[in-house]
Amino acid sequence: MPIQLKVNGKPYELSVEPRLLLVELLREDLNLTGTHIGCDTSYCGACTVLLNGANVKSCTVLAVQAHQGEVLTVEGLARNGELHPIQKAFAENHGLQCGFCTPGLLMSTAYLLSKNPNPTEAQIRKAIGGNTCRCTGYQNILKAIRAAAGLMNSVAMVKPNED
Amino acid sequence: MYPAAFRYYRANSMKEAAGLLLELGEDARALAGGQSLIPLMKLRLARPSALVDLNFIPNVSLIHKPHQEIRIGALAHHAQIADSKIVEQVPILHDCAAGIADAQVRNRGTIGGSLAEADPTGDWAPVLLTLATDVHCVSVEGERTIPLRDFAIDAYTTVMRPGELLDEVRIKVPPKNSAGAYVAFKRCPSVYASASVAVQLTMQGKACEDARIQLGCVGLTAIRAQNAEAELRGRPISERTIQLAGEAAMSEAEPQPDMRGSVAYKRVLVGALLRRAIGIALRRCSGEHVEVSHEYVGRN
Repeated sequence: MPIQLKVNGKPYELSVEPRLLLVELLREDLNLTGTHIGCDTSYCGACTVLLNGANVKSCTVLAVQAHQGEVLTVEGLARNGELHPIQKAFAENHGLQCGFCTPGLLMSTAYLLSKNPNPTEAQIRKAIGGNTCRCTGYQNILKAIRAAAGLMNSVAMVKPNED
Repeated sequence: MYPAAFRYYRANSMKEAAGLLLELGEDARALAGGQSLIPLMKLRLARPSALVDLNFIPNVSLIHKPHQEIRIGALAHHAQIADSKIVEQVPILHDCAAGIADAQVRNRGTIGGSLAEADPTGDWAPVLLTLATDVHCVSVEGERTIPLRDFAIDAYTTVMRPGELLDEVRIKVPPKNSAGAYVAFKRCPSVYASASVAVQLTMQGKACEDARIQLGCVGLTAIRAQNAEAELRGRPISERTIQLAGEAAMSEAEPQPDMRGSVAYKRVLVGALLRRAIGIALRRCSGEHVEVSHEYVGRN
């Protein structure tokens, strides 16, 4: 099945098997291994990417469904070698331990802040409800997201889903 | 995990999709948001021979309000419904849309897919059944409108015929003196609820003119709690009537014991959720803005 899509701003034309999952397309065909496969059952959110600006679990989307779409993965957050403010905030606030869930959390944060630049504590918690951290480092993750909102509001950065 | 191999068709219209499904036979499935179907296929619990993708059909996710009816396209996803200014006017719809699963699933999962799947733990059926709701279906032969109360006849079973597709949900806007609430309890965000209760109250001053109560996750389909409704209808609502309604609903539930809890636990949950939902619906009837959604442990 032929598909066309943009990943991190770069256009691709590919031929894929219908059963290929978006996460496998990213990892195996495009070598973008920053997007992780955790539970592979649509629970943990490690595979979260933005599809047309909305966060989705890429283990539960077929690659053929991303046809004509725009995908943003964790590799697309940094610009010109400079970390995105969300990445900076996670690094500075120790918002990760083993780091496995981090790409998904960064993308869910990117989606949250693109819709709501000043989220309340409850809104942050709700926004990452679909992202599981098995190190249970949630306190610092919450701190990092609050810091990311502050950073993004202070330095006017390009929105993550615009290129 | 990969699903078993299947043929993939991208439909350009609902009619075309209906025709394809009829032609491909009962092993073919329509693909809406895929948030239930794709995990089932990955676990090989479902092995459709073909998928007909509805996501590329134009204008099937519109939300509009002709006259006093809200019409939601089958492919409208939960997040889109939660953000809709039109839907905001009927708070119980927002309660439901904003709390289903998690943000990622709400961005993909659709109202049409949820109703057509008829999962006993689905959220939309109990909510929409407290309102006057019809579903509009299309097939190659034509179209028909089915009252939602006649739509799901068993777990995972609707009255839709092979080659028939749900394309729109039509909800009568309740009168000004009517308001509802939906509360669902789940163990954590990403899972189905353990039990849920939808209530729609129509008030005449302090007296309850009409009450609609639906219980979710505690039967093969949503259950209308008629005895609980009778405790409220035609009476002033007091702590006592709310208590009686809760007790009635507990015995009207038909829960199964499973990993989400025992029968006794789920009955207690139903009673508590109903009392909470009535309280919120009453506050909304008196014009108060109350924000509620699914509840889970650790949410604050």
